[in-house]
Amino acid sequence: MNAPAYNFAYLDEQTKRMIRRAILKAIAIPGYQVPFASREMPMPYGWGTGGVQVTAAILGPQDVLKVIDQGSDDTTNAISIRKFFAKTAGVATTTATDEATVIQTRHRIPETALHENQVLVYQVPIPEPLRFLEPRETETRRMHALAEYGLMHVKLYEDIARFGHIATAYAYPVKVNARYVMDPSPTPKFDNPKMDNCPALQLFGAGREKRIYAIPPYTQVVSLDFEDHPFEPYRFNAPCALCGAENSYLDEIVTDDKGGRMFVCSDTDYCEGRQAAGHHGSLSAAPYKEKAHG
Amino acid sequence: MTTIAELPPGFADKVLSAQSTFRSVMDAMARPGSVQRIVPMAGAPGMMMRGTAAIALTLFDHDTPLWLDARMAESSDVLKWLKFHTGAPVVQDSSIASFALISDGGALPSLERFALGTSEYPDRSTTVIIQVDSLNSGRSFELRGPGIDGVASLEASIKPFDLFERLRFNEALFPRGIDVVLVADDAVVAIPRTTRVVSKGS
Amino acid sequence: MYVAVKGGERAIENAHRLLANARRGDQSVAEVTLDQISEQLGLAVDRVMSEGSLYDRELAALAIKQARGDLIEAIFLVRAFRATLPRFGTSEPVDTGAMLVQRRVSATFKDIPGGQILGPTFDYTHRLLDPSLAEGFVPETPATAETSAALTPRVTDILGRDGLIESSPEAEDGASVGDLTREPLNFPADRDLRLQNLARGDEGFLLAMGYSTQRGYGRNHPFVGEIRFGEVEVEFAAEDVGFAVPLGAIELTECQMVNQFKGSATEAPCFTRGYGLAFGQSERKTMSMALVDRALRARELGEEALAPAQDEEFVMSHSDNVQATGFVEHLKLPHYVDFQSELGLLRKLRKEFAEANAPDAMKEAAE
Repeated sequence: MNAPAYNFAYLDEQTKRMIRRAILKAIAIPGYQVPFASREMPMPYGWGTGGVQVTAAILGPQDVLKVIDQGSDDTTNAISIRKFFAKTAGVATTTATDEATVIQTRHRIPETALHENQVLVYQVPIPEPLRFLEPRETETRRMHALAEYGLMHVKLYEDIARFGHIATAYAYPVKVNARYVMDPSPTPKFDNPKMDNCPALQLFGAGREKRIYAIPPYTQVVSLDFEDHPFEPYRFNAPCALCGAENSYLDEIVTDDKGGRMFVCSDTDYCEGRQAAGHHGSLSAAPYKEKAHG
Repeated sequence: MTTIAELPPGFADKVLSAQSTFRSVMDAMARPGSVQRIVPMAGAPGMMMRGTAAIALTLFDHDTPLWLDARMAESSDVLKWLKFHTGAPVVQDSSIASFALISDGGALPSLERFALGTSEYPDRSTTVIIQVDSLNSGRSFELRGPGIDGVASLEASIKPFDLFERLRFNEALFPRGIDVVLVADDAVVAIPRTTRVVSKGS
Repeated sequence: MYVAVKGGERAIENAHRLLANARRGDQSVAEVTLDQISEQLGLAVDRVMSEGSLYDRELAALAIKQARGDLIEAIFLVRAFRATLPRFGTSEPVDTGAMLVQRRVSATFKDIPGGQILGPTFDYTHRLLDPSLAEGFVPETPATAETSAALTPRVTDILGRDGLIESSPEAEDGASVGDLTREPLNFPADRDLRLQNLARGDEGFLLAMGYSTQRGYGRNHPFVGEIRFGEVEVEFAAEDVGFAVPLGAIELTECQMVNQFKGSATEAPCFTRGYGLAFGQSERKTMSMALVDRALRARELGEEALAPAQDEEFVMSHSDNVQATGFVEHLKLPHYVDFQSELGLLRKLRKEFAEANAPDAMKEAAE
């Protein structure tokens, strides 16, 4: 039998070269989705194969890797991906945001501000921000080519007409470097402002859809909005019940079946760091009150 | 005649050297104007600088048509080394090249002759690698654009002297355009198509 | 006091142990061997090789065993392994005309040179559960005959001799064949890439798509010109050697569908082709593939493309079961962060709705 033998960081060198070339073009054309010949990975499509391929193509033995899913290092898929790289690349791993040189994420941007020596790798399910308005690749590609984004504005405006607000709470579209409309992956819109003028390089990998895109450091990223309906990042208006943070994104924890709720930081590293530094929350259910924040 | 056994060697550790070189080039591309160092050592044939050789070993293969300037193309050592270590097909038509290697900047052809990509696929463009005299002394330049926190300054001795003036065509072409990688020995600076450069004189 | 959920790593490890136990089942029952899977569940192995696009019976059998008989999971295992294999080059095109056939049938002619050969087929079996198969069944020795490729020309070649069917497109010498596992796919896609996509495509998806063309969603008047199943030689042209070196023989099923004719003022009318090919014996797959291949040629043949099976972006983007199952099943991963954001928005909209629809008195009081 052909007993399997695998390369450093799993991918073969030819595949890494192909992905690396795509990453360079992605950085050179901020927000543009570069097609790449995504490989079949040993984990399912939709579970981070794009992010994993990008990480595998950039990761070296000097790197310190952090993997989060929903902001947490302890979610099962984050653990699974972290173990994959610890095993195939032997890299050091961490849960501390500021110690990491490469952070692979699904659905969140860490609360701790990123710095220049970091790369944030996003797992992306549907990279095309126009896909749900126009399912055809041939059409959306033409729209990007002509920077013809009227359809997106019509959609957002229809939301306002119907609900009084832009009814997009996550994967909220942004415009990168005043040219390409880009899908930030299904991060809550709370995280959108963190993408703007960020000191770290941001790379996006969509495995099943075979696209890589990037936001270089210090690049303008603007959430789409209207003058009379400006972008509002949502956050539940309460301090974290564990660390008392007033400005972190919160998970809602259902504590009983009688309407009991508590709100705690979704970024577990941030929350634990604050608690270790002596910050405390109420440890009790927060009052039911919320409004747009920021 | 150089035999294969006499060719300058590739990377001692293909996997880790390619990774390290790539990270330098990626950092250069992500932070235009910043000078990145290429650490891994590989042999370099003819007039090819060691930084260029490392980039070739890292990014070139059968899938990347390669255009060489006359001085490179005339060197059988360079041709043999590239064929043996990368397998990249050398093409005469610069408009289909994924990469171009320029050792004599003074004879850099008109940039329009390289692949500029299309509006639908702006990534299908040539990355032009130009060997220059110095990336730490010479004329000073002011750079702005994505990847740069405000303004970056670069002191470099570059041929052609009007390279940055010529690269201004990227502004009108965007998102099509040319991305440039400058190499001086083991130092690398990238000028992606989004970078705007102003010369500050001598 | 609330403590955040931890211990995911231990949970994963234990889940893997539970899976290993469930896979083995009752340990007093004999373990199934790879030979048993390969020999006695041969069509499952064929499907895993086809859609996994890797011809290796032993690895496919292992994948089926590891996947507890879940064929899509087995296909996934084979694909992930295949992705790591180095490429040495491209084989010479296989010549199915030179196939050593075990079965070949044509629906277009009553008799054909070499005859109709039923071979091992479920066709004409009565689908009655057979208790004698439960254990210890020893089949009777079948009658067999020697055959040779020279005796069994392809039916479409016979039609082609009279120009009644379009000629099979010949690749230019030295032209490279597309490979969607190595290059990103762009639309519109050429037929080589479409056929590769269909060959890797999910049998059930292709069956439904092919079936839809028969029911009028992109009808293309199909006749089975020929289905043949048997062994063909695979050869590799090694540059240094200067001639093609045989690598071995593989089993293939080929379906050539004869379809709706075309013609114009300048071109004599002739039938068109739909093509299906798969590893092993896979008739349902190759027939469905041939129907969908023909449907996807609508653009090239100047037909109006209105039906789903004629829409190459739709078909090619959704035919792959490894992609499809990954994305459908990823919905079970945690999504609580985006859900929270959605929840917040919905609560706000409901609050505003309640305020807007409150009795006027309350509104005035509020003002």
